[in-house]
Amino acid sequence: MIRRGLALAAAALLALAPLLAPPYQVTLLLPAFAYGIALLGLNLLFGTAGLLSFGHALFVALGAYTAAGLTTRYGVLSFEAIVAAAAGLAAVVAVPVGLLCVRYVKIYFGMLTLAFGMLFYSFLYKFYALTGGDEGLRVLRPLLLGRPFAELDKVGFLTGPFYYYALALLALATLAMRRIVRSPFGLSLRAIRENADKAAFVGVSVRRYRFYAFVIAAVFGAVGGTLLAVPTGLADPLLAYWTHSGNLVFMLLLGGFEHFLGPLVGALAFIFLQDLVMSLTAYWRFVFGALLAIVVVFFPRGLLGLVAPERPA
Amino acid sequence: MQRILNLACGSFYALGAYTGVSAVTWALGHGLPAPLFLLVLVASGLALAVIGPPVERLLRAVYDRDESFQLLLTFALVLMFEDVMRFVWGTAPVQLGNAYLVYGRLAVAGSTVPVYNLVVIAAGGLVALGMGGLLTHTRFGRIVRATAENREMSAALGVDLRRVYARVFTLGVALGTVGGALVIPATAAVNEMAIDVVVEAFAVVVIGGLGSMRGAFVGSLIVGVLKAGAIATWPEVEMLAIYVVVIGVLVLRPAGLFAGAAP
Repeated sequence: MIRRGLALAAAALLALAPLLAPPYQVTLLLPAFAYGIALLGLNLLFGTAGLLSFGHALFVALGAYTAAGLTTRYGVLSFEAIVAAAAGLAAVVAVPVGLLCVRYVKIYFGMLTLAFGMLFYSFLYKFYALTGGDEGLRVLRPLLLGRPFAELDKVGFLTGPFYYYALALLALATLAMRRIVRSPFGLSLRAIRENADKAAFVGVSVRRYRFYAFVIAAVFGAVGGTLLAVPTGLADPLLAYWTHSGNLVFMLLLGGFEHFLGPLVGALAFIFLQDLVMSLTAYWRFVFGALLAIVVVFFPRGLLGLVAPERPA
Repeated sequence: MQRILNLACGSFYALGAYTGVSAVTWALGHGLPAPLFLLVLVASGLALAVIGPPVERLLRAVYDRDESFQLLLTFALVLMFEDVMRFVWGTAPVQLGNAYLVYGRLAVAGSTVPVYNLVVIAAGGLVALGMGGLLTHTRFGRIVRATAENREMSAALGVDLRRVYARVFTLGVALGTVGGALVIPATAAVNEMAIDVVVEAFAVVVIGGLGSMRGAFVGSLIVGVLKAGAIATWPEVEMLAIYVVVIGVLVLRPAGLFAGAAP
């Protein structure tokens, strides 16, 4: 009950943010929302099913490039259509990739997903005519629910309609993921994580469920990717690079992968910390590396693990 | 050998490259005859191995945890080393004057090859032979192989696991730093070196098979030939081809081409 109250209070605070906070802070929330959605997917794999993907950035980049390709190449500006296309494309890509990856667990799963991520990166980087190569592709301002909001400048658009659109999408994604995690399917995934042999013995189709989790995670990753690309206005190949996947896992661990809301907390904390540290020193990677090392060694349960030590069901 | 996938190996390589440049520039400035620069490179690489034990000490904290955490800790090291290099050597590429051609060129089969390339190839072969000899013909090598095979058993038989791990890791660091130092006359040291090299090293290790020395050697040949071949014929697929092979190997023979053939 308290937990739910806190979550609702946080949601209300986020809804009021554009009225209370300066525009810069509000624009910082946008990538945090985008990463939040992508991390919900990543955490279905890691926190729920026990599979650590080091190639989740593939799907984030896929979403970003879908937004870029549709707006600049095909003149599709409806953001609903973009999100739907990104989700569909991610599912299509995730089927063959997932079928291969879920045959393995642990480190082999991580390596295989990393290899696929890098495969996609080199495709984005080298096929200049199709993807813009290292310059990437521009993302034009999309229509939200069919409305262009032409009267607003860029900041006004991002901190106004687009902010609420992203927040609504995040809320939808969170609710959808909650349904998934709490369903019998989610329960089966947790059983597989704890003991795959036992799960198989009581009739859980281990590989098939892992595969479903992989595809769902991919869809969440791509939806997050579309949101990520609009504020920056650019989709570039580094989105698919392995260090980006590493950062995603970092955010998840920072928030706490054992908690359902860990991904959202991690995304928020990461973005604001990054902004803070970058404003203080040019060597923010060093600070973040040290921070990650500390989290991994001393606080593997992340920020939420500090506040709420037991594992909620 | 240690069953740790170290993402930071690329950082050691880059660190070796940067230090190599500084050491050689310094030595040449102090009147070292140019042809001796190779020795300086190797020495600076070996000297850098001192960072091995402290890093290993840090990684020890997660030996017993899930591999995912080991992977993440080495990722943290990658981030930190990258900024250390940025701090010390700046963001501009660092290059070694004209040491590359000090040894002259050689005409081989119609094309000219800088002799230095041959030196590096020879050094690679020597290291491979040396490692093979170390692992198969020395007491230390036997202990390392036994530990890799079954750590509880070798601990029960009186092997000091901590010392073995510290030494193996330091040896790995030394190979990385010397390797980085050796390429530097032919190329420039750049900030992105570490994270670019590690994916190639990753490809090599996967193709060859984790924990197999012979596999690593063959894997590096495959990756090198594949890269050169792709650049010569269809440059767009250079990296693509490598990852296709990596995925193929992981899917068909996840333990690598040389599984079971480890010395």
